[in-house]
Formats: sequence, structure tokens, C-alpha cells
Amino acid sequence: MQAFEYASPKTLKEALALLGSGWNDAAVLAGGTDLLSLMKDGVVAPKRVVNIKEIAELKGITKTATGVRIGAAVTVDELLSNAIVRASLPALTQAAHGITSPQIRNMGTVGGDLCQRPRCWYFRAGFGLLPKHEGTDLVTEGDNRYHAIFGDGAAKFVSASSFGPALVALGAKVKLASAGGTREVDAAKFFVAPSNNDAREVALLPNEILTEILVPVKAGEKSATYEVRQKDAMDWPLAAAAVTLTMKGSTVASANIVLGHVGPTPYWAEKASSMLAGKAITEETAEAAGKAAVEGAKPLSHNTYKVQLASVAVKRALLAAAGVKS
Amino acid sequence: MSEILDPEKREKRKGRGFSRRGFMQGIGVTGAVAPALLPEQAQAQTPPGVMGPGPVAITLNINGKPMKATVEPRETLLDTLRNQLDITGAKRVCDRGTCGACSVLVNGKVSYACSILAIDAQGKQITTIEGFAMSGGKPHAVVQAFVNNDAQQCGYCTPGFVVASKAFLDHNPNPTYEQVKDGLGGNLCRCGTYVGVRKAVLEAAKMMKGGSNA
Repeated sequence: MQAFEYASPKTLKEALALLGSGWNDAAVLAGGTDLLSLMKDGVVAPKRVVNIKEIAELKGITKTATGVRIGAAVTVDELLSNAIVRASLPALTQAAHGITSPQIRNMGTVGGDLCQRPRCWYFRAGFGLLPKHEGTDLVTEGDNRYHAIFGDGAAKFVSASSFGPALVALGAKVKLASAGGTREVDAAKFFVAPSNNDAREVALLPNEILTEILVPVKAGEKSATYEVRQKDAMDWPLAAAAVTLTMKGSTVASANIVLGHVGPTPYWAEKASSMLAGKAITEETAEAAGKAAVEGAKPLSHNTYKVQLASVAVKRALLAAAGVKS
Repeated sequence: MSEILDPEKREKRKGRGFSRRGFMQGIGVTGAVAPALLPEQAQAQTPPGVMGPGPVAITLNINGKPMKATVEPRETLLDTLRNQLDITGAKRVCDRGTCGACSVLVNGKVSYACSILAIDAQGKQITTIEGFAMSGGKPHAVVQAFVNNDAQQCGYCTPGFVVASKAFLDHNPNPTYEQVKDGLGGNLCRCGTYVGVRKAVLEAAKMMKGGSNA
């Protein structure tokens, strides 16, 4: 790990003043579960590290007029044990439970989950987001068993965020602050498929801090997250689905289906979402939506298995959200 | 094991003189020397509140005692514990926040010491396995239950598992087997002693309810 300066400001304003215009000028430290590993592996080498855990403005989960505000420095464990979230946004509670290490849940933050870098092993080995070596595309020509099955661009890593799919499905916004002001970005637009190695996988700029997540709570809306994983513990899902359902009686008025870990951003399954309108959620309709959700998937040489996993994740998330026992 | 885990005996052992660790510290193997900057220069270049990149004096609260160390901001809590403070129960294995061998309690919550900067651990109550494994010459219920259930093989993951188990039982005194499995999801054992570990935690839960050195 390269040496760096360290600061632990008490206010957001002080923290923002310590950031620079480039990613190497300063890195934001919250839980540290990703940043420290990236620095140890030399993937990033910031000149300064700014700890944001002492900033009160970034903490707390509160009800707002339209939903719930989650401070970016709220830990995964705090989110998991929060009664407001559990009652009104079960998809988020379920995603938090999917982060299966108690240590990561105690240390890691919600903002950090959204900003964590991809787990692609070529990226982690220093080959960049669009890894190439001597002209060879490392992902398509190499071991891509955990890589993307969706996405037309050059990026073949998968977004590692556990909360991303649920936040996109719920229509959440994230707040990004810089010394010059604050902007709100739709969760769906926060995640970006980079088209070159200098671009990032999130909309955050080097001089910005993600300060809070605003999640709308709509009366009667149901939600769920279902993750498919290789092991019970200590790994990212192979595929995940987050769904929201607004019901009209026993049939669906509107649905949102978002897949996770299948592409460089959470993937909104548009056709599968719209085809559920007017139907009841049953084994059959949920399975059909799961099949529709993975239409157009383009698996790589080693990850065709993910198509089926993603399809089943959609089915099970829909059944869970609707409360149908399978 | 008792000599390693009992703080009083450890103090006596250290008093015996030469140790490999002390020798390494003495010749300065563990710390790089910061580039010399005149104080005025450092002031001019550094905004207020910014420390390092050279060594910074810190105080950590470890097992109820204030302990002083000098660290570069990049040094992890795990390395400070092991290399400077001679508290070696937490093990350095993956060093990437994955295996759990470095588990310590931070304000009572189980955490990976490899993924916390030492400078960032100031002002927090750090509890390592040395802080609770033995008291009054008797092992903690979790430690005793690990022995009773053969819950270790090579032993490298064991201190981390014991710390994680204690933290788990502190919050879940009455767990089911499934809850134990879930609650220890942040620790890996490459020998595969999971069944013994889970049985040990269930036994420790019973022992702690019986008032056995909980």
C-alpha cells in the first residue's frame, strides 16, 4: 500500500474541501472493506484518504414526506436491523441480509456498497475496467464465469452492489455533494457502463461524496430481493433479482423487475415488468416473467449457467414479494 | 495456550528478555521512515486536520487499556496490534477482509482488523481475543467449548472464530444451529472444522446460561 495523508473531518463541508479533481488526489473512506483491499493490491493509490465516518450528516435512517432517507454512512447492519426499512422496503432488508458476513455488515456502509469497485478478477489484478493484455480481451477470451450476460458495450464486469437492483426497482435517488453544490441522480442513472478505461462505473465524480439515498415509499407497494449464490456465506451472488409490485385487488397494476450481477449496471427487465400488468402472481406467471426477463441475454464462453439462475431469481423474487408460497 | 492467552503470564514472558519480535522492532524492520520535511514546509502544504503520510502518534484503547503507538496512516489495526503492541491473537491470513482470522471487537461489534486503519481505530473500544479468553485462570465458555468439541485443526482461524462466536452469543444468547451457521458467515476454516465450531457455539450458549464464566 502506498503511503497517504489521512484526515477525519467532522463536517461534510470540511470533507468536500479535502477532495481533489482527480481520483488519485483523494479517496473517500467509509467502512474500508473495499478501499483498503484496493490500496493493498495497488489498484488505487490515492495521495489522501478522507474518513467520512465521523460526519453526523451522513448517518441515520429517517422517514421523509415521501419515503425514507438513508445516510450514506449507515452501516449494512444498521439498515438490516432498522424497523422502518423492514416494514416498508423489504427488498432492501433482504439485500442487506444477503451480505452474509457479520463483519462486513458491521463495517460496510450503504454508500460504500453502491460505490464499491467491480469484483472482476482482471480489474482487481490491475488490468482496468475493460481489461486487455497484448491486444487480447481478457474477459471474452479468458475466464468469464462470473461476468456479464447482459450489456452491449465493452464492459463485461458485473455491478457488485447488493442494494443497486432494489434501489433501481424502487425508483430511489442518490444525493451527490461537492464543494460547489448538491445534485440528485436516479439510482438507475448512478450506475454507468464505462466505454473506456478512464471512465467509472458510477456517476460519482472525484470531488463528490455520496451523502444520502432517498427511497420513495408508495402505499401498497410490495418488494423483494432474491439472490442465487454458490455458498451460504462470504461471497457475492451469482445472480439476483429485485422486484416491486403494486397490486389492484389480486392482480398486478404495475411491476418493476431489475436483475443484479448480470451486467455492468443493474439491468431493468422492461418486457418482463410490463407483461405482468393485469395478471395475478402465480407460479406460472412468475416463471413466465423470469423467462422473459432473460430474453436477449448474451452469455460469454463460461457463464451460460447464469441465464437460468437469473430467470429463477426473478420467479422467486416475484413469489416472495406477492407472498405466494412456492 | 493459557500462557499465550493470559495477559499476566504474557507480561512475565515478555520480561524474560530477548524475543524475535522485539529484535525486529529494535532494528526498525516494521516501519518506514518518513521523508524529512521542515515543519514550515509541512504546514504550508497540508490543510488543517490532515495527518501523515509519515508516522503519527496515536493512542488505542485495547482490552480496556490505553496503548500508544506510532503509525503511518496506511498501517492497519491488525499490523499495529501484531507488530507494535505484541498482541498476536488476531491472525493475518488473507489481509483482504474475507477470511475472518483477524476478527476483533470494535465497540462490541465483530470486525476485520485487517480492513481498519489503526489511525481510524482511535477512540474506539478494541477487544482482542486476549481481552476475554482467560479470566482468573479459567477459559471463557467459548474457548472451553471449542476444546470440548474439537473445534480446531491447524488452529489458524481459531482465534477469529472464537471472537466472532463471542460476539454472536453476546447478541444471540439462545441460538439455533441455523442461526449459528448464519452468524459465523464471516469466518473461513480451510481445514473444514465448521461442524465442531457450530457445536461448540451451541454448547457455549448453554454454559453461559449456566453462569460458567460467561
